[in-house]
Amino acid sequence: MSFSLSPTAIDSPVLGGDLSAGASVSFVGRVRNVNEGRSVTALEYEAFDELAATEGMRIVEEAVRRFSIVHACCRHRVGKLALGEAAIHVEVLSGHRDEAFNACRWIVDEVKARVPIWKKEYYEDGVSEWLVPGG
Amino acid sequence: MKHVNVRFFAAFREAAGVSEADIATSAETLADLYGELRLKYGFALKEGQVKASRNLQFASLEETIQSGDRIVFLPPVAGG
Repeated sequence: MSFSLSPTAIDSPVLGGDLSAGASVSFVGRVRNVNEGRSVTALEYEAFDELAATEGMRIVEEAVRRFSIVHACCRHRVGKLALGEAAIHVEVLSGHRDEAFNACRWIVDEVKARVPIWKKEYYEDGVSEWLVPGG
Repeated sequence: MKHVNVRFFAAFREAAGVSEADIATSAETLADLYGELRLKYGFALKEGQVKASRNLQFASLEETIQSGDRIVFLPPVAGG
C-alpha cells in the first residue's frame, strides 16, 4: 500500500508482482480544459504534506480491508500542471475485477473528500482562483 | 496569552501573505482562533466551511488550544 504526493509528472502504473491478483484496475484523473463553463488553461495543487500523507495512507489501507483487495497505491500531483497531465493516479490489484473496480472508485472519491489538497484553476481570461467545492 | 504556530495553505496563504505565523492569542478554542484570524487577514470562508488540524491531526473546531500547538485551518479540500 502506498500514498504519495509527487511534484513531478506521474508516469505509468507501478504495481505488478503479486500473481494471485487477476485484476489490475487503474484510474488517471487528468487536467481538463474546462470547468463549469470556463476555459481552464492550467491547474495548481497545494497540499498540507504531512496530513495529506497520513490521511492518504489511511484511505488506501482502509480500501484494502474494506474490499479485500491485494494491493492499492495512489499518487497525487502537487505544483502547477498543464492541461492533460495526470493529477491523480490510483492503481488496485485484486483477485477479481469487481472488487478492483469498486476499490479504485472508492479510493478516488475518498481522496477527493478527505485529503488536504487544494486546487487552483487558471482561466483563459487571466483570472485564477482556489476552488471551494460546495461553496 | 497562548503562543501558537499557524501554517497557511492555498487561499489562506494568499490572503495572509505568509506561509506561517507565530501568534499570541487569548482564544480558547480553534473556532475562536479562526474568528480572530478571519478578521485579521480577511479570510472569506465562514467558520462552518473550515476544518482544522492541531499538531498534525484533524481536530474539531471546538477543541481547546494550548501554548505550543501547531495549527492549520483547512479550506474545503479539492484534490483529484
